[in-house]
Amino acid sequence: MLTDTDLQAIWLTIRLAGIATLILLVLGPPIAWLLARSRSWWKGPLGAVVALPLVLPPSVLGFYLLLAMGPNGPVGQLTTALGIGTLPFTFWGLVVASVFYSLPFMVQPLQNAFESIGERPLEVAATLRASPFDTFFSVVLPLARPGFITAGILTFAHTVGEFGVVLMIGGNIPGVTRVASVQIYDHVEEMAYADAHRLAAVMLTFSFLVLLAMYTRRPKPARGD
Amino acid sequence: MDGINAQFTLDWPGFTLDVDLALPGRGVTALFGHSGSGKTTLLRCLAGLERPSHGRLEFKGKIWQDKDTWLPTHQRPIGYVFQEASLFAHLNVLGNLNFGLKRSTTAQRVGLEQAIELLGIGHLLERKPDTLSGGERQRVGIARTLAVGPEILLMDEPLAALDLKRKQEILPYLERLHDELAIPIIYVSHSPDEVARLADHIVAMDGGRVVAHGPLGETLARLDLPIRLGEDAGVVLDATVGEVDNEWHLARVDFAGGGLWTRDRGLPTGKRVRVRVLARDVSLAVHHPEPSSIQNVLDGTVESLAGDDHPGLLLVRVQVGASQLVARLTRRSAAQLGIAPGLPVSVQIKSVALME
Repeated sequence: MLTDTDLQAIWLTIRLAGIATLILLVLGPPIAWLLARSRSWWKGPLGAVVALPLVLPPSVLGFYLLLAMGPNGPVGQLTTALGIGTLPFTFWGLVVASVFYSLPFMVQPLQNAFESIGERPLEVAATLRASPFDTFFSVVLPLARPGFITAGILTFAHTVGEFGVVLMIGGNIPGVTRVASVQIYDHVEEMAYADAHRLAAVMLTFSFLVLLAMYTRRPKPARGD
Repeated sequence: MDGINAQFTLDWPGFTLDVDLALPGRGVTALFGHSGSGKTTLLRCLAGLERPSHGRLEFKGKIWQDKDTWLPTHQRPIGYVFQEASLFAHLNVLGNLNFGLKRSTTAQRVGLEQAIELLGIGHLLERKPDTLSGGERQRVGIARTLAVGPEILLMDEPLAALDLKRKQEILPYLERLHDELAIPIIYVSHSPDEVARLADHIVAMDGGRVVAHGPLGETLARLDLPIRLGEDAGVVLDATVGEVDNEWHLARVDFAGGGLWTRDRGLPTGKRVRVRVLARDVSLAVHHPEPSSIQNVLDGTVESLAGDDHPGLLLVRVQVGASQLVARLTRRSAAQLGIAPGLPVSVQIKSVALME
């Protein structure tokens, strides 16, 4: 069945996707909230920047991240100054890259969920003495729950499926940056098609089950009346 | 000092609100006008849901808004009832009721119990909003608002989203609010019927401006009221049930101008009621009329005349005792009868609507 290196790659993939999803669950809602609520001119540019990873070749994104996080890049100089060293070819470098790469998959479902809540529940909360901060946690978050579930699943699944960015930023270090998609690539390179088949089947099944769960779940529209 | 002083100027594309008003600190004040007249916008300005470019708002001696002050909505001691109940879908009825209660500094437990009792929703507490009927939702919405213990109640057409049957279901509760709450209520409506039933004071709005305001009875009797009421033109009189005639199943209600016989609705003698007399149900005669099927004939004096919507019609204001009635006549009959201010007339009233 699956070899130890396969299992190691799968475990690494799950860890990467899990951590990236958790980070995006913190970073995503404020950005989505700004995009959903703001009428400012910078709403357009911000939305476009967030959506960039959807259309950019992952190698382009990876290239710029590599430059930024490298020893001469601004991020690299910062991390060196902080004594962390440089991020490329480390697990945490992959995490940072994944956060950028999967950002739209967190932000866009949340933005849709926030927009569909509308103005009214916020106004009602204000007339019932809730401050804007209070309203966000006691009204907006619960009403946007289906959006959070969708966003979390999509972000996790999308991070599991990344390949190009990983190659650019992480390379192929077993146990550190060799995730499942890279492992399959290695198997194919070595002409080990049987090994590639097994791992590919695991990925295919996982992705299908995730999407099946999302498309069969029929959440009731959560709206303020 | 105990009233509300409001000045707002608000400029939107295609709409301007320009209002300078003193509202009474008690009773029900109806903001009345057609859609687009600015009544809801004015209510939202009072709540702080809109922020007018220039404004000053003083509530019972406290400044909520002026050049240097802006009290955000959640810090104003208001209650606001929206047109749709807008219950929080993620909470059950009790959760909705508790939402404001938990956050309000003026709320009291007994207020919640009273609100539940007043709106008759005790049996719904565990239900989710999407399992309630429209009327039940709106009753929960009103109770949720009352539970915060507001110092003023702002209601934005709370019946407009409901069908006639649901309206009839909620109106009695609103009448109880009127009778039992000591706080002022500002009630937005475009329905003359609701205004006649609930309001003590009326602010008529048109095109973002106040075109008339004053106590309900006087204001409705004004012939120069710039908003056209059409078939709803008429007056509202405060009256008391004076006598019940069990033989003919009639009741006499006495107002400051005489008595009117109407169907007996089982109200006890001494009960205070409102009587709505529409102009189209009032006719005038210069001599005492022959006996006819019309039961109610009162003596009065013509006070003034004014044109009506249709060029063939006139509205005539008649002084009857200490009250005023409005009659709608054709111009021809007015000319033939020689109707003019000061003329003594017999006022015949075909029907009246009684409101508890």
